[in-house]
Amino acid sequence: MPVFTLSKTTNPQARPSPRRVLAVASGGGHWVQLMRLRPAFDGADVHYVTVDPTVRDMVSPAPVYLYPDANKDTKLRLIASALTLAIIVLRVRPHVVISTGAAGGYLAIRIARLIGARTVFIDSIANTRQLSVSGRLAQRAADLVLSQWPAVAEASGAQYRGAVL
Amino acid sequence: MIFATVGTQLPFDRLLLALDTWAAMNSDVPVLAQTGQTLTRYANLTVVAKMDQRRFADAVAQARVIVAHAGMGTILTAIEAGKQLILLPRRADLGEHRNDHQRDTAIEMAALPNITVVEDSSSLCTAISAALTRSNDPDLAARSGVASAQLLGTIADFIWSEARRPARRPSPYSAALRA
Repeated sequence: MPVFTLSKTTNPQARPSPRRVLAVASGGGHWVQLMRLRPAFDGADVHYVTVDPTVRDMVSPAPVYLYPDANKDTKLRLIASALTLAIIVLRVRPHVVISTGAAGGYLAIRIARLIGARTVFIDSIANTRQLSVSGRLAQRAADLVLSQWPAVAEASGAQYRGAVL
Repeated sequence: MIFATVGTQLPFDRLLLALDTWAAMNSDVPVLAQTGQTLTRYANLTVVAKMDQRRFADAVAQARVIVAHAGMGTILTAIEAGKQLILLPRRADLGEHRNDHQRDTAIEMAALPNITVVEDSSSLCTAISAALTRSNDPDLAARSGVASAQLLGTIADFIWSEARRPARRPSPYSAALRA
């Protein structure tokens, strides 16, 4: 794995205060994409939030919190997700929330806004034509929403800053 | 060994039944499949409903060819491992997914050297046989497991930025306090 070189603005010596980061992704591709962002979390106190307990080994010893997976077609589970995520956000009290989707990531961002966290939503690279529903909702809640496709970013008002691939 | 995965959320019989047929005609090649929850029986496949991360990684590592729906997790994992990957995208009109984003994903991913995209059962079987004969292809080297430097830099800068979150609504008290 190539070592990611931090730019001048993120030089560790220049870091004024620690950062607690909540990194949220549901299962499958969302989690794989979050893992590809890990070098960017260097130096931060990262707390992971996902749906699959078997990923614990991958990020150990970082703490992993679980929430029930849901989407817009499973309304009751969505409520359970929101409640669980609210407890996690209030317990961790992150400075920054980073999510690669899907619905749970949007909910975590929405909740974390209430405690003043800065939030970024990275829409899945699978969304090649338009932002996901979660991404569009996140545009009204997150400080930064990124698409991994320039054309999608331009059409949707999201930003393009490279991709996980 | 051929490893097939259709994720763990929705069944995908069009892919698995085609693969089952292929396996019946090629009984010398073992086929392992992660099927998700399904009531269908596949006589010629070794099936697991849902694998944990470690078992999934082992299956990818051992596979000569991976056959899958156009799910991003599988695509990224196969690219990182440098494996040949045959994608059959799910179709909303056949009730295989909520929308057709897998077809769009597959179209974009078809540009990668290790990916073959197929649209139906018979071309899936042809593609598996073709992939098995394509060995030691230099294009199939394992790729980096991390995001682009630009994206990593953007996220790192975001984490360490000193900027306060801009207040959407100025507090009615702040003006009073300044006065």
